[in-house]
Amino acid sequence: MSNRISPFRSLATVLAAVLTVMWVFPVFWMLNSSFQSATTISSLTPAWNPFDGSLANYRAVLTNSSFGSALGMSLAVTGIALVVCLLFAFLGALAVSRFRFKGRKSFVIAIIVVQMLPAEAMFIAQYKMLAGVNLLNSIAGVSIIYIAMVIPFSLWMLRGFVAGVPADLEEAAMIDGCTRFQAFMRVTFPLLAPGLVASGVYAFLQIWNEFALASIILTKSDTATLPLWLRNFAQPSSLGMIEWGQVMAGSVLVAVPVIIFFLVVQNRMTSGLVGGAVKG
Amino acid sequence: MTIQASKPVVLEPLKAPQVPPKRRRRKRLPYLLLAPAVLALLVGMGYPLGWQVLNSFREYGLAQQFGQAPAWVGLDNYIALLTDGFFWSVLLKSVAFMAATAGATMVIGIGLALLMKVIPTWSRIALQVAMLVAWAMPIVAQMTVWNWLINDRNGVLNSLLSNVPGVNLVGHNWLVDPLSFFFVASVIITWASVPFVALSVYAGLTQVPDEVVEAAGLDGAGGFQMLRRITLPILRPILVILILLQLIWDLRVYAQIELLQGFGAAGDRYDLLGTYIYGLGIGQGQFGMAAAAAMLVMFFTVAISWVYVRELLKEDK
Repeated sequence: MSNRISPFRSLATVLAAVLTVMWVFPVFWMLNSSFQSATTISSLTPAWNPFDGSLANYRAVLTNSSFGSALGMSLAVTGIALVVCLLFAFLGALAVSRFRFKGRKSFVIAIIVVQMLPAEAMFIAQYKMLAGVNLLNSIAGVSIIYIAMVIPFSLWMLRGFVAGVPADLEEAAMIDGCTRFQAFMRVTFPLLAPGLVASGVYAFLQIWNEFALASIILTKSDTATLPLWLRNFAQPSSLGMIEWGQVMAGSVLVAVPVIIFFLVVQNRMTSGLVGGAVKG
Repeated sequence: MTIQASKPVVLEPLKAPQVPPKRRRRKRLPYLLLAPAVLALLVGMGYPLGWQVLNSFREYGLAQQFGQAPAWVGLDNYIALLTDGFFWSVLLKSVAFMAATAGATMVIGIGLALLMKVIPTWSRIALQVAMLVAWAMPIVAQMTVWNWLINDRNGVLNSLLSNVPGVNLVGHNWLVDPLSFFFVASVIITWASVPFVALSVYAGLTQVPDEVVEAAGLDGAGGFQMLRRITLPILRPILVILILLQLIWDLRVYAQIELLQGFGAAGDRYDLLGTYIYGLGIGQGQFGMAAAAAMLVMFFTVAISWVYVRELLKEDK
């Protein structure tokens, strides 16, 4: 592409600017409203400047006990599911990329197929299963499903990272006198750390943001995770009123940590989903 | 030794008992490593899936909830669904929704990627950051914020649109009319899924070799010809995967529809497959029927995704 300033290029730049505004606008508006008072928000002409607002909405949300309990619930569920999922997926990834064994190929196919199964088409069955063993509205119940939901993609992603560390390195260490386990811990594992972090953040985002299954399994308000809390918080009060400023402050609190984590791993996510397709 | 080594593989199993213990442990190791993941998948997905397959062939309604044994009814649930006009209307709506949303996402996404190729770096980075931020928004936050944007009384959208001469949308509720409801849902989902498509296609575009483009230019190819003959064929594999993922994701839009319904449009007029199955199962307690409907959706998705699976397997070689 030439660097001359052509009419075509400036037109494209203007179009790009318009699109940038369109995509960022909802996020901007969320932040904008979150700083505004109820009176500013309910006036008929919207106010555009977020900087003359206050933090009152955030204070109101953070002192709301339901937010704290939802945060705790989200941390517990995500913590348990994430650790178990990463451990299991990592072991599985080792097996698939470091060993040739009977059934390996079928397992790889199974992992991809399971990933494709629409989770939404299994909710009823998962609900019945958890209801049968009395695990509805429990951290354990929802974690069991989340672990199964996130393992396939995590395993798939980790498999790529493990395969990227040449087995020769391990063998070299073993020739130098390490046991296989030592070679793995001292040579391969440190090289895999970035991959583990990336897969971990990805799994974290999946679990932390999950709404659909949670809304079916966790029906009591005191077992709500953060996404469920936000949904409940955005419902009209008994008088039909919604405190939009507070709802937007809640959205910011739910979304911003996720956006930050996401920006850290986004490169890997794009390449994980469609990786290698162009290399041909 | 040499003779033994060149013997056909068929004889291997006979030798198994003579393998030293260490070697045998090595053989079991991959299975041990896989076991936890397989077990977790069996519990979290295998068992529910099995339950679902079984009960799609059984009468499992309210009576069974209260202890009556479910009776085998063969294909009755499937037949009941496939002869039910309402199921078909929901299915067709879902397919139309999927096609429209996935189509819009692909067209806009590819257009944005091509645009990113020609604009100056600073404006490309601004666009990419905007895309990433939108993509990163959790679904619930997305839906909540959009619900505020389109709010009938104080929403910024109605206020902005009313500035256009001849348009007065103050107080207009976008969620009441079903067609408008689905349009809003489609716009939000497109807004949320375009970034993934645009950034993936752009990443693919940067891998199109400059020499090829230059050569085509020297041979006299114009911009459109270049796109059709050079760029799109090179991008084909990535585009196939992206369109399949979009189709699958847009067929299974449960969370977005459920949330939008919760924001003030309750009723089965606003149902797509996901919310329909939920209503059938947990709403009405017709678990047999819900299982059958879920199996149909699953079958449909697996059929679409088979192509994706094949592409990924090629990569695994």
